[in-house]
Amino acid sequence: MSSKLPKDKIEKNFSPIDPLMTKAEAKVEANRCLFCYDAPCTRACPTHIDVPSFIKKIATDNLRGSARVIFDANPIGSSCARVCPVEALCEGACVEKTLVEKPIEIGRLQRYATEHVTTSGKHIFEAGEPNGMSVAIIGSGPAGLSCATYLARLGYSVTIYEMKPLAGGLDTYGMAEYKMTQKDSLDEVALVESLGVDIVLNTWVVPGQETGDRRQEAGIGTRSASDGQNSSQNSEVRSQTSDDPQSSLLSQSSVLSPHKSVVFEDLYERSDAIFLGIGLGDTNDLNIPGEDLEGAIDALSFIEDVKTREWKRVPLGNRVAVIGAGNTAIDAVTQAKRLGAEKVMMIYRKGRENISAYDYEYELAKSDGIEFVWHASPVEIAGNGRVESLKCTRPDGSEIEIPCDMVIKAIGQKKQKKFFEMIGAERDEKGRVKVDSKMMTARDNVFAGGDCVNGGAEAVDAAQAGKLAAMGIHEKLTGETISFAGAGN
Amino acid sequence: MADLNTNVAGIKSPNPFWLASAPPTNMGSMVERAFDAGWGGAVWKTLGEPIRNVSSRLAAIDHGGLKMLGLNNIELITDRPLEVNFKEIYECKKKYPDNALIVSLMVESKREAWHEIVKQAEDAGADGLELNFGCPHGMSERGMGSAMGQVPEYTCMVTEWVKEIATVPVIVKLTPNVTDINYPGEAAVKGGADALSLINTINSVIGVDLDTMVPHPNVNGKTAHGGYCGPAVKPIALNMVSELARNEKVGVPISGIGGISTWQDAAEFLLLGAANVQVCTAVMHYGYRIVEDLIDGLNNYLDEKGVASVSELVGRSVPRVKDWGDLDLNYDVVARIDHDKCIQCNLCHIACEDGAHQCIDLVEKEDGRVFPVVDEPECVGCNLCYLVCPAPDCIEMVRIDDGSNPQSWREIESKNNGGV
Repeated sequence: MSSKLPKDKIEKNFSPIDPLMTKAEAKVEANRCLFCYDAPCTRACPTHIDVPSFIKKIATDNLRGSARVIFDANPIGSSCARVCPVEALCEGACVEKTLVEKPIEIGRLQRYATEHVTTSGKHIFEAGEPNGMSVAIIGSGPAGLSCATYLARLGYSVTIYEMKPLAGGLDTYGMAEYKMTQKDSLDEVALVESLGVDIVLNTWVVPGQETGDRRQEAGIGTRSASDGQNSSQNSEVRSQTSDDPQSSLLSQSSVLSPHKSVVFEDLYERSDAIFLGIGLGDTNDLNIPGEDLEGAIDALSFIEDVKTREWKRVPLGNRVAVIGAGNTAIDAVTQAKRLGAEKVMMIYRKGRENISAYDYEYELAKSDGIEFVWHASPVEIAGNGRVESLKCTRPDGSEIEIPCDMVIKAIGQKKQKKFFEMIGAERDEKGRVKVDSKMMTARDNVFAGGDCVNGGAEAVDAAQAGKLAAMGIHEKLTGETISFAGAGN
Repeated sequence: MADLNTNVAGIKSPNPFWLASAPPTNMGSMVERAFDAGWGGAVWKTLGEPIRNVSSRLAAIDHGGLKMLGLNNIELITDRPLEVNFKEIYECKKKYPDNALIVSLMVESKREAWHEIVKQAEDAGADGLELNFGCPHGMSERGMGSAMGQVPEYTCMVTEWVKEIATVPVIVKLTPNVTDINYPGEAAVKGGADALSLINTINSVIGVDLDTMVPHPNVNGKTAHGGYCGPAVKPIALNMVSELARNEKVGVPISGIGGISTWQDAAEFLLLGAANVQVCTAVMHYGYRIVEDLIDGLNNYLDEKGVASVSELVGRSVPRVKDWGDLDLNYDVVARIDHDKCIQCNLCHIACEDGAHQCIDLVEKEDGRVFPVVDEPECVGCNLCYLVCPAPDCIEMVRIDDGSNPQSWREIESKNNGGV
C-alpha cells in the first residue's frame, strides 16, 4: 500500500507551507517592527534572540549582521525559523498584536536572514583558538548541535556521535516535510561542521564494555528534541508505558544499520567532558491487542519515511486512523492526507478542548480535510493479519468500530532508562535526566540537555539547553564563567 | 462647502492649490491635464534662455520603507525654445480662463533681458509672473537663481526692473539658502513685489551609492549639489513662511511652498500665513490626481471648523508664533501614560532614559506585567515619550500648573533691569 497520487501532485502538497520572503516583503515587514526596548518577543524566545536587532538589520540590508544576531543566540536559528511555534512564542508576544492585530512575521524574517548565510556558504563564527580540551557529544539533534557550536567557538575539540546515517536529530528526521526539508536541516548542520566539529555517523554509544547483544540492548542512539506535545501525552499514557528502551531500540534497529559502536566509558576516559543530547526513545505503545498487525505503525517512523521524499515507498493506507492529538499527531494526519490517503481521522480519547496540539496546527489539520473523532479511547486494533478497523470505547461505555487499513500511533515518546542508569546519571520521578544549574548530571563531568532532560519540548528549548550546557562545561573545566547571547541573567 | 477661491495679490484661482514651477508644469499638455484634474493654478516651468540638461537628474532619500521623503534635483530651467513655451501658454490660458497661470522667469542680470521676457510672458497671457531667485544649483553658477536671491540688493534691484514694465502681479520666489529669510523678503517687497513665494529648494548632496562610492545622482561618475525638496523640508518652509508672515515690513501675500503632500500640510501653511500653496514633489511621486483629496480634505476641515472660506483661515496661527523669550516659563506639562492603551513596547522608557530626563521607570505590576510609569516630579514635559509612543492616545501631556502666574524670560529680564 502506498500513495496513488501523481508525483507532481504530492510534490505540490509538500511544498513549503511558508515560502521564503522576497526582499521587498522582508523590508516592508522589517520596517513594520517598532524596535521595542526589552522586547516581549525576545523575552518569549527560549534562546532570547535579540529579535528587534535582527529585524532592524534586515531593514538596513545588513543581512549578514542579522544572521549573526540570530545564530549567536541560537545555533539552529534556521531550523527554528521554520519549525518554531511562533504563535505561542515570539509572535504571540509581539506588541504589534495588540496594536494592529497582526504581529510581525518574526519566523519568516528569521528564515530570510538565516538563509542568507546557510545558502551563501558565508561563515559567521570562527572556531576558537584550540584550548587543548575535548568534549564528546552524544546525539546530533538541536541540543547537541547547539552545545557543539558554543564549545567549538571557545576552542574545544568537539566530536558528536550520531547513531543515524544523517545528523540533525529530529530536525532532520522528525519535522513535517512541508515545514522543513532534510536539506534545510543539513545545511544548518554544515554550519556547525564548518567550525571544525567532527560528526561521527552510524555510531552507537554503549555504556560499558559489553559486546554483542548486550550492546544492542543498552546502546543508545539519538532521538533528540521532539516537537512539543510529548510531555503532556506522556503523562496521559504513563500508566501504559513499559519504559523499556530495548523495545525502542529493537524496533529502530530494523530501519537502521549502525555499523560502529563506541563505549561510553572509553569516551569518558579520553574526553574532558561529555554532553548527552540523546532525546527520547521510541513512540509509546498503546498496550492494546493488535499493535503488531501489519499497518499499525508509529508516527515518528511514518514521518521519517516521508522525509526520504521517496513518496511511493512510504507505506500508506486509504483510511488512516491516527491516535493522539498532539503536534506529532497533526504532522502525521496532514502528511498522510497530503500523500494521498482518502480518509484520515484523528482519534482522541478526550475532546477538542483538551488537545495538546497548537491551535494553528489544529486549524491546519482542519483545512487539510482531516476528520476528528473525539472522546474515543482505542481498545483494540482489529484485523486478520493486517489492520481492518480500530475499536474504541465512548465515555458512556459504548463501543464504536472505525473501519481503517492503517493505524498510526502518536501518543508520545518513551523515556530512555537503562542507558542513564548504567552510566550513573540520575533521573527524576518522571524519568527525566536530572541536571544541576550548570546542566551537569549526577555523574561528574557528564552534562545533558534537551528532550532527555525536559521530557520533550521544542527544538528551540533544546538549543537553549545546549548553550547553557556549553557554559556549564566551560566553567566546570576552566573555572571561568562565560555567557553567550541570550543565556539570561 | 467652504469657499475655496483665493486671490493672491490679484491673481484669482478657484482653489488654493497651484502646481509649483517644476517638471509637472513643463509644457502645455501637462498643465492642461493638471487643470482637468482640478488644480487651481500652475506656475509654468521657469522660462529663460533654453539650457542643456544633464541626464540623471534626480535622487531621493527613503526612510523606514517610505519612498522619496526627500527629493533632490540638478535639473535646470526649461530646455524648450521660448516661442514654443509662449505659444502653449497662450493656448492653455485661452482654454482655461478661470485657472491661474503664472509664468516663472529667470534671465541674466540685465535690465533689458528682464524687460524683454516680461513683455513676452504678458503677451502670452500670463496672469502673473514669478521671478525665480531661488534655484540653488546650476543656474546660480551663471549668476542667476539663488545667486540673485542670496543678495538682498540684487533681489530688490531686479524686482524693480520687472516692476518698471510689468502690468500683472509680480511674485518673487525666494531661496531658503540664506541665514535669515527676512532680508531677501524685505528686499523683494522694497523692490515692489506684489507677493512672495517660498521656499525654493535647499542646497543638498542627497547621498552616496555605497557600491560605486559615487554620490547621487551619478552623472558619468560625478555629481554636483542639487536642490532638496519633498516632505522632509516642510518644517523649514513653515518656519520661513511664518517668519515673513509676522514681519510687518513684508505685508504682501505669501504663496507657500515646501513639502506639501496632503491637505493637512496645506492647512498648516495657510494657518501660518500662506495665502495659497504650491505643490511639486507629491505630484512627481503620485501624479496630478492627488489634488482631489487636497481639495476634498481641506473642504471638510473648513466645514468641521466652521470656517467659511480659505481666506478666513489664512494667518490664523501667525499670532501664535513668538520669539522664545516671550514664552511662558511657568507653563508646566507632564506625561501621563494610560496603561490600558499601553502595548508595553517600552519605547517611551528608553527614549526618556537615553534621550531625555530619566523619569519613566519600568515598574512591575501585581499581575507580573511591566509597565512604564512616569515619575511626575522629575518630568520636564519635553514631549519625547508622547512623540515616540506608537499606541494612539496612550500618552497625554497634561497641564499641571494653574495658569495663574505666566511669566516669560523677557519679562524676568526686564524686571531684573529695573522695568515694571
